[in-house]
Amino acid sequence: MALDYNADRGGPAQPLLTVRNLVKHFPLKKSWFKERERVYAVDGIDLEVLKGETVGVVGESGCGKSTTARLLMHLIEPDHGDIIFDGEVVGSPELPLREYRRQVQMVFQDSYSSLNPRLTIEASIAFGPQVHGVSNKEALSRTHDLLARVGLDPRRFAERYPHELSGGQRQRVNIARALALQPRLIILDEAVSALDKSVEAQVLNLLMDLKEEFGLTYVFISHDLNVVRYMCDRVLVMYLGKVAEIGPVASVYERSAHPYTTALLSSMPSIDPDNRTQVAPLAGDPPNPISPPSGCRFHTRCKFALPLCSEREPMPRELAPGHRVACHLGDPATGYVVSEARRAPAETVAGLP
Amino acid sequence: MAATTATAPTPVPAPTQVDYVAGYWTTVWHRLRRDPVALLAGTVLLLILLMAIFAPWVAPADPYHGTMLRRLRPIGTEGYPLGADELGRDMLSRLIYGARLSLLMGVTPVIIGFFIGSTIGIFAGYAGGWANTLIMRTIDIFYAFPSVLLAVALSGALGAGFGNALLSLTVVFIPPIARIAESVTTQIRSRDFVEAARASGASAFTIVRVHILGNVLGPIFVYATSLISVSMILASGLSFLGLGVRPPEPEWGLMLNTLRTAIYVQPWVAALPGLMIFITSISFNLLSDSLRSAMDIKS
Amino acid sequence: MNDISAIPAPVTQPPTEPYLRLSNLDVTFLAGRAPVHAVNGVDLVVAEGETLALIGESGSGKSVTLRALMRLNPPRRTKVTGEIRVGGRDVMKLDAKALSHFRGGEVAMIFQEPLLALDPVFTVGQQITEAIRRHETISREDARARALSLFERVRIPSPQKRLDTYPHEMSGGMRQRAMIALALACNPKVLLADEPTTALDATVQIQILLLLRELQRELGLSIIFVTHDLGAAVEIADRIAVMYAGRIVEQGSARDIIRNPRHPYTIGLLKSRADGAMVKGTRLEAIPGSPPDLSRMPPGCAFAARCPLAIERCREEVPPLVAQDTGTVARCWRVEETHVLRTGSWSNEAEPALASTR
Repeated sequence: MALDYNADRGGPAQPLLTVRNLVKHFPLKKSWFKERERVYAVDGIDLEVLKGETVGVVGESGCGKSTTARLLMHLIEPDHGDIIFDGEVVGSPELPLREYRRQVQMVFQDSYSSLNPRLTIEASIAFGPQVHGVSNKEALSRTHDLLARVGLDPRRFAERYPHELSGGQRQRVNIARALALQPRLIILDEAVSALDKSVEAQVLNLLMDLKEEFGLTYVFISHDLNVVRYMCDRVLVMYLGKVAEIGPVASVYERSAHPYTTALLSSMPSIDPDNRTQVAPLAGDPPNPISPPSGCRFHTRCKFALPLCSEREPMPRELAPGHRVACHLGDPATGYVVSEARRAPAETVAGLP
Repeated sequence: MAATTATAPTPVPAPTQVDYVAGYWTTVWHRLRRDPVALLAGTVLLLILLMAIFAPWVAPADPYHGTMLRRLRPIGTEGYPLGADELGRDMLSRLIYGARLSLLMGVTPVIIGFFIGSTIGIFAGYAGGWANTLIMRTIDIFYAFPSVLLAVALSGALGAGFGNALLSLTVVFIPPIARIAESVTTQIRSRDFVEAARASGASAFTIVRVHILGNVLGPIFVYATSLISVSMILASGLSFLGLGVRPPEPEWGLMLNTLRTAIYVQPWVAALPGLMIFITSISFNLLSDSLRSAMDIKS
Repeated sequence: MNDISAIPAPVTQPPTEPYLRLSNLDVTFLAGRAPVHAVNGVDLVVAEGETLALIGESGSGKSVTLRALMRLNPPRRTKVTGEIRVGGRDVMKLDAKALSHFRGGEVAMIFQEPLLALDPVFTVGQQITEAIRRHETISREDARARALSLFERVRIPSPQKRLDTYPHEMSGGMRQRAMIALALACNPKVLLADEPTTALDATVQIQILLLLRELQRELGLSIIFVTHDLGAAVEIADRIAVMYAGRIVEQGSARDIIRNPRHPYTIGLLKSRADGAMVKGTRLEAIPGSPPDLSRMPPGCAFAARCPLAIERCREEVPPLVAQDTGTVARCWRVEETHVLRTGSWSNEAEPALASTR
């Protein structure tokens, strides 16, 4: 299938997506007399996504990863911060929103509610191109090509309705729909989380193939650390609206610098029956983003917390090229250094014998 | 990245049973056809409608012609199968002709209200924010009045008469339909597929046309059909109060009014128009319920 | 027919009769165009104080099995045959009053989404005291004291305060703990857990799994833990049973199932996990196709359509559960040869006759 690339501006060294200090708070509607409380959903995150890479975003409830996805898609307006796509600020005259929308697409978690139940599969997929002026005939032909490409025979699937398909099939349709506009970046918001494990493997393989074939870049949001390790080049760990750690997958998984990352990694259930987890790495539930703790947001659950941690918020600090962490621990400026032995090692999940 | 055996992905098999599944509305129609309640109610309504359309051929006598010699005859009287009213007119003919006005008064305000109310509600629902608040709170002002009171007040202000009654009833029904429309639109608007449509850069109008309408018109329509019976009863009420149809036009509500005093003399005859209202209303309601169940396809 | 004696003895040696025994359980849903065979001839035993994990994907029948154990399926639309014995009693023969005592008093269930399982208009304390008082004659104060001690046992912080909160005011992990407390309120001997940790964050999930393990040790509960997550199953279970299309295809101790899987489906599940041992950039070993339509079950092995080793016999005859030398039982005609799947690539062996219908 012939693919017309949107013009690449700036070459491979220029990040495809740069996010600077992105902030989004949601006001809660309380009484007009009390001061408005807010949900500090995303509170100043920085991120770059290089062309052709897959960046994973992990975190638990309340960390803000879904809000981040919607901010990146510009489905909601950020309160502060810039999103820069291949060198141009999104929403500026050089890159109007409508043009940006062609180049960035999203696949959602709920495969059923992502599709209009009243439209046929092909109508859903062809909608995007038609909106941008592609003729009906061309749009349908593109749709059929894409359906075949994602493994669904267009002769049998094009005229079906979403409720007739299984979850895995619907997710393939969503992927085809995301590809219909020939985007350069696809944001996958827990795209495989709701699928059965065997179907998940099929869809992950498909995503890898498509990435190679179409030269795509992915932002892969997931709560499944194994999948993220497998799929992604770099990973971003979020906690209560802030970035805890970001770096290459191998570094972060094997030498995690932030105590939250370490705890998250060791929370993965052990697959070794002789080596079951004995102690939960973290107590309590992820706190509420409405009133986040002061200073470092993780200090209430962190076993290395010092008084400093509740007073001052740690700034991201570069550990190694591309590996940043926001933690006072090990920061030469604070003098809080703890020997390697004392820090709980990240338990790598044992592979199968 | 390591070389992968990137061949065409294993095709996902389609359902082997290639039963060409029909579109949504066809499925709804099939389900309705198999619903006994819907069939019964639908048949009754169809009969009443036919009766109304073909009244001149079906009615045995002139609904306007009456003689005082024959007033208030009981059911089964020779020549007056359903009795005679207080002016000696044949009840059967008046009931048959009465279907015309009563049905008209029931259906027309709802249909017009459906179009106007849906437009307002869908617009408010999709727009959200202050536009929504402004529109819906204005609508709420009208909604705050009990419908009967509002109908009577409007009719009273406009004056009696068939056309004015239709107008006031339409105004009465716009707020509830608008509310339902806004509520359903707001629900649909937050679904992922609408977000996906926004993410593909479509304009608001296109999104409403392609994605919203198909999903909201159904539930709004079902709600509207349940209002038909209310409209009929309100229209009858208006006529009863002398604000709607004027004598000597045959209209069930009006007939109830004029036969009011006859209830001690010929109770069965006096109740007949009420019975017709009851049967028609119930049929509309049952049909609307069945339509709602048929549309609720959760496969 | 399954050879019941082929099922290996549970890890903890039971007296004579295991506490819970399902024999040849069949559950068919009758509404709709064709009957749906959700569960087909399932045999399970669970000893006292033992945890069994029931693993399977959607449509495997694992949740239906659990509900059948408590007779929770709608009676008019469901046909349940087979024997269910809990604590020596035949559950299918319980009358309404005995059944009401049985549910909660002997067998209790926890669900995936506590928000859906807890009543939103009552505080959790009220719900627990109500449950206790339905089963025993006990004063409200005593019931509340019991509820408080239950909250302490499931490690809810500030239990006194939390008794008076509503479900929606609690965080996910705390809600799940509250639900566990509710389930344990009447001292059941068996706890049925229907994916209780699937919807939880990773750090909370491991806390709940450890809590369940601890409670099981303290109270001597038997637990049947339904999940699709192998990791969670390994953390909590002594024995694992793998279900596919309403049948148990493999069963054995957790160690044996993970280290020496024999059934192609189990092997496929283990291989398709994206875990740390996988080399970046290689394809995942995905099982092609999808599960069969339960209203149109194939005559033979339900997995044949997706199995690289399938032969004619597989498609025609359902294989029985047969004991293996490793101590597990597996349901496969070619069980001696399945080890090739563990090392080789799935797709090399694949000549899939993809006749599945979803």
